[in-house]
Amino acid sequence: MANATTTLEAIDLNSPAARPPRASVIYEWLTTVDHKKIGLMYIVYALLFLVVAGAQALVMRIQLAVPNNHFVSPQVFNRLFTMHGTTMIFFVAVPVLFGFGNYLIPLMIGARDMAFPRLNAFSFWLSAFGGFLLYLSYIAGNGLYGAGSAPDVGWFAYAPLTAKVFSPGHSTDYWTLSVLLSGIGTTGTAINIVATAFCMRCKGMTLTRMPLFVWLYLVASCMVFVVVSPLSAAQIMLCLDRYLGSHFFDTQAGGSAVLWMHFFWIFGHPEVYILILPTFAFMNEIIPVFSRKAIFGYPAMVAASVGIGFVSLSVWAHHMFTVGMGPAGNTFFVFATMVVSVPTGIKMFNWLATIWGGKVIYQVPMMFAVGFLFQFLMAGLTGIMLSAAPFDWQLSASYFVVAHFHYVIVGGILFSLFAAFYYWYPKMTGRMMSERLGKWHFWLFIIGFHITFDFMHIPGLLGMPRRVYTYEAGRGWEVWNLIVGIGAIIQTIATLIFVYNLIYSYFRGKIAGPDPWDAWTLEWATASPPQPYNFAVEPTITSRRPLWDLKHPEDPDSSYE
Amino acid sequence: MQPSVAVPISVDPEKSWVLPNRGIVGMWCLITAEAAIFLIFIVAYVYYLGKNLSGPTPSEVLELPIFGTICLLSSSLTVHAAVVALRKGNVRRCALALALTVALGAIFLLTTAKEWHHLIYEAGLTIRTNLFGTTYYSLVGLHATHVIVGLLLLTAALLFSLSGRVTEEHAERLEVLSLYWHFVDAVWVIVFLVVYVIGR
Repeated sequence: MANATTTLEAIDLNSPAARPPRASVIYEWLTTVDHKKIGLMYIVYALLFLVVAGAQALVMRIQLAVPNNHFVSPQVFNRLFTMHGTTMIFFVAVPVLFGFGNYLIPLMIGARDMAFPRLNAFSFWLSAFGGFLLYLSYIAGNGLYGAGSAPDVGWFAYAPLTAKVFSPGHSTDYWTLSVLLSGIGTTGTAINIVATAFCMRCKGMTLTRMPLFVWLYLVASCMVFVVVSPLSAAQIMLCLDRYLGSHFFDTQAGGSAVLWMHFFWIFGHPEVYILILPTFAFMNEIIPVFSRKAIFGYPAMVAASVGIGFVSLSVWAHHMFTVGMGPAGNTFFVFATMVVSVPTGIKMFNWLATIWGGKVIYQVPMMFAVGFLFQFLMAGLTGIMLSAAPFDWQLSASYFVVAHFHYVIVGGILFSLFAAFYYWYPKMTGRMMSERLGKWHFWLFIIGFHITFDFMHIPGLLGMPRRVYTYEAGRGWEVWNLIVGIGAIIQTIATLIFVYNLIYSYFRGKIAGPDPWDAWTLEWATASPPQPYNFAVEPTITSRRPLWDLKHPEDPDSSYE
Repeated sequence: MQPSVAVPISVDPEKSWVLPNRGIVGMWCLITAEAAIFLIFIVAYVYYLGKNLSGPTPSEVLELPIFGTICLLSSSLTVHAAVVALRKGNVRRCALALALTVALGAIFLLTTAKEWHHLIYEAGLTIRTNLFGTTYYSLVGLHATHVIVGLLLLTAALLFSLSGRVTEEHAERLEVLSLYWHFVDAVWVIVFLVVYVIGR
């Protein structure tokens, strides 16, 4: 290891000066194996799809805003909710989270790249082409209705609706093939993350000193292996059914539609945890920095994450209480679902304990983080309600369920994602995001969010089923749907402000410098944006907060760990 | 721009810092993911056992593929021998063991092909015939696909070693490949038990 003087000389914090010609820039991005470029491509790609799928949601809310509406046709509506769900899960949430992971994990563990850079690029392009394939369906092929063949079987594509007889044409093929591609890409990236976390850590970074961010990505990636693979297997079976005439899900030949439900939800429920664990990762970095305290209960956080990973593998059939699994099956899945809230609660209390007594700084990332804490708690509580089988029998497939899982995904995952954008944008671009626009974004979004999704529970309780194209007047649902629609418009405006802020700050934002938040993990030891090689000299650390040790040599963390 | 945000310097540079081989870790991850895929196909096979609406049934048409199984399982030993030989720097012995592995794997594929030919043309069982056909061909076919991928990789390794490009330093890479091959063999043990022993 070099001595201190050479280290300082070796780290060069200047960004490259001259801009290369545009053609070579495009070539460089298309062929890059740099984890930071791939991470950014993941994020930008996910943002594009976020805008598309958000627009789809807005069209659906306009259609449902008043009774007996015919803003779009029933066929278009079916395609809209299928594409909205599939896009949001597979081509927004997964890529954006992997984008942040790709960008930050090597920086946080003091590595120069992921373990397998070429596999990384391969996985990204697989996922990307999965998304393009899904949207090609709008213009390609002979669909069910003559023009285009966007899938219309719902995001969980229950059998036997997906059989060749009931879904002629190629609409379902687009769905199954693009999801299969995205699944293979996801598995590739997960392999990369696990290998990176285990094999690429810098000197001194034992597993107990690894940032919680990396721990949570590690757990989520391990889950990908046992969770996404069943979906890939089920998609292969569906392809065999559709192309070769096998009978996996063909009820006429003795096949079972319930088996598809099991296979899908073995993927589908733990997938929610694969999405939420990375957002916990964001919280674990943002909350301590803005509370000016070290995270409370590091070992408990790690244990709770691993616990969530295991327990969440045995909760899938709470999506299937109305199938008729019998008392034993129902009881098991009710119990398992309620148990998963215990480690989640541990995390919640640890975050609160981190904030408790801290000097909290309410900048935009922390505002979104606090929003996350509150809304994720609410979402968890309606989750506990739905985990009770008798309650679920009443409300399954109603708007209450839609409101619940949007509370998790928008109120939880999207809020913490926004926090992550404001927090790491300076690292990725070298410039701060506008704080003023960020506050507009936060307040408009949180108001729009609560107007939409708080009130969406009520038509569900009043019996409004999900996925209906329209409804008659006089059932008591009209006013609630109108309110929900208004909230959706407010959220759209807020999101547009966010996108504008991203672009505006890229050109006009305040120069950030390497460490704008006075944070403690290794990514802030590099230039903003970091050089392709990340660290000129491979770092060596002695505690969980290496930059704290550096800034406070009189009171280093290493004396307490 | 504060250069002081550089990185802390090692306290005990003498202490060695050894992390696991990334190829091995990556392969174990891949094996976990693949095992989950196989598990789902095996669950489907077991779930649909005896639920056929028409014949033929497993007990009528399946025979124990003892010879192919012996070949495939012994190829695990030969690939291990190849890794051991390469670790000791014995490239010629490594190439010989790899060639044996490829040959044994190919024989296994041939026995599967023969079995499928018999089932399709003599027993009249295709993937469309009934649930047994559906689950049997997909499970055994999925395994055979993995054998083919393994054979392609092993053949590549064999060609490299014959052309003299494989040296002792590649032992860890060959070990990664051998892990995959052991996995393919282990899956066959499960498939054999499920399809030919329990399922019959």
